[in-house]
Amino acid sequence: MNKLQEAPCLEGVSPDYNEIASSLRPPFGERINLFSFPWIRPLLQSRWPQFLIRALALAGFVFTIAAGLFGSRVGSHNFAIIIVWIAWWTALKLAFIPLGGRSWCSICPIPLPGEWLQQGGIFTKSRQRFGLNLRWPKRLKGSWLQSSGFLLIGLFSAITLTDARVTAWVLLGLFGLAIGLSLVFERRAFCSYLCPIGGFSGIYAKTAPVEVRVVDTAICAAHSEKTCYHNCPWGLYPVALRDSAQCGLCMECLRSCPRDNIAINLRLFGTDLLNNTGQVSKSSRLDEAFLALVMLGSALAFSAVFIGPWGSLKSAAYAIGSSTWLLYGMGFLTLNLLVMPGFFALAVWASQRWAGSKTQLRRAITGQSPVLLPLGLFAWIAFTISFAFPKMNYVLSVLSDPLGWGWNLLGTANTTWSPEVSGFSPMLQVTLLLIGLYWSTSVAHRLAKTGNQPNIQKTLPVMAFCMAFSLAMLWLLVG
Amino acid sequence: MRETWSRWVSDWRWAVLICLAFLVLFLPIPVNATTTRERIFHIQASRFEYSPAMLSVNPGDRVTIELIATDVVHGLSIDGYDLETTANPGQTARLTFIADRQGSFRFRCTVTCGNMHPFMIGKLQVGQNALLWRGALLAGLVLIAGAWRAWK
Repeated sequence: MNKLQEAPCLEGVSPDYNEIASSLRPPFGERINLFSFPWIRPLLQSRWPQFLIRALALAGFVFTIAAGLFGSRVGSHNFAIIIVWIAWWTALKLAFIPLGGRSWCSICPIPLPGEWLQQGGIFTKSRQRFGLNLRWPKRLKGSWLQSSGFLLIGLFSAITLTDARVTAWVLLGLFGLAIGLSLVFERRAFCSYLCPIGGFSGIYAKTAPVEVRVVDTAICAAHSEKTCYHNCPWGLYPVALRDSAQCGLCMECLRSCPRDNIAINLRLFGTDLLNNTGQVSKSSRLDEAFLALVMLGSALAFSAVFIGPWGSLKSAAYAIGSSTWLLYGMGFLTLNLLVMPGFFALAVWASQRWAGSKTQLRRAITGQSPVLLPLGLFAWIAFTISFAFPKMNYVLSVLSDPLGWGWNLLGTANTTWSPEVSGFSPMLQVTLLLIGLYWSTSVAHRLAKTGNQPNIQKTLPVMAFCMAFSLAMLWLLVG
Repeated sequence: MRETWSRWVSDWRWAVLICLAFLVLFLPIPVNATTTRERIFHIQASRFEYSPAMLSVNPGDRVTIELIATDVVHGLSIDGYDLETTANPGQTARLTFIADRQGSFRFRCTVTCGNMHPFMIGKLQVGQNALLWRGALLAGLVLIAGAWRAWK
């Protein structure tokens, strides 16, 4: 959550509505307000459709944990492994995030029980609520903890992604943590500051073509009750939203606005990466830059471990606690904490130096960080295609035999069909990596466009960083 | 007039970049004339790794893979080639084929052999990996396009 988003209501500061209004002007192209369509409106206005999907997701989540704990230990025969790491993970990266931003968060079952306890009811807040309702500590704000969570998952990825028991315990741990934090802190503290998937979805939501925004800031300025803020489970004030990184698309602001002043817009891809003047989005922060770099480093590491032909690397990543695993862990952390941030900082420093800019390096790194988002998003999509597509046949199989106990409920337990990807998959991966690189260079170009210095000096080192990353991914995926 | 000229020059440069991209995409990569050979690889398959895991042959070579499973049952199938074999522990399975498709292909274990089984992968390279080279050259063109846009 950036300062602008939380300052107006949390800190008692009056927002500058004129400044906000100017920043809300569409940078390129117009928006289409989906909430204005008569056939979509009731679906969003009513809490029932979303509740039913979330209730189903919750049931599926509990079943997944049960399957992980009591089903077959063979990963490829267990519902928990295949549905979480093949089906859901693929859907998240190929559909939910690129097309809907944090749309998964709007139906995620993990925070549901905690939220019910917190508000003392399922749909509306009752008088009898549970929890201390404390504020999240200021020091722990931002996405630093989400980055750490993602790194932790990365360190144990080989076992988490392949051992059904471990997957179940990880899910159970996240579930317990979400409930526990709901009882201690206000609103969705877990989703906003701890959930690694929330961090992953959040930064790439900036590239997605969906946003929740106010229609007219003057109406908000005149509305003293701020019902949208008081009803937002994320603690966001919609009028101050500068990007979609924190908005979980729960639609509570749409439902609670008495003036019908909230829109859910379709917009161009990547609108959040630049503001209306083509300058750096003011919502970019150092913690988000770090998270974006962790995502790039993790994409490289996962591609090497899971797609590469290096058996010793796989064994090292899998042998948790062994000396080889410690070496792997050191390598993984060095790549994510030193190599990627170091090279990016070097590229930004070179840009600054070459252009003769006196901007503080920390600020320059933050300013250039939107360049990393298209690159990372497309790298993850390309990785997912080679990671998950050849294993899609397992999805049909575990739907018929979810616990690996020899059942054949749907008659698809012995399915061997798998999408024939060997022909087009490498070409698709190359295409995706090139799209990501082109998009990133375009963002770099636009970021430098408004300066006085010739753009080439500001952009070339950062573009070279993007190119080096793309070549590394190309080599790992199709080399 | 000046604006029209600069726009024409601008379009002309873009046209060159697009032509170069098409050349990179469709120009055949020269192949060194080599005589096809008989190639035999002895691959040891143990949990989650093949040894050797990277094979390199020339297009048209007659390739024989002798798969030896050292711990549990392992299999081997090659992406892009409709081939598969399975080896029991201590036994050798044999697979012979003509490497008639050029490029880099992953081969994978086909028998569930443990948790990391889905990621037990090796690599067969037949001739040059044209896709990698074309991809790298296109990435270079993307960088040139980006740099040129920034230069304007």
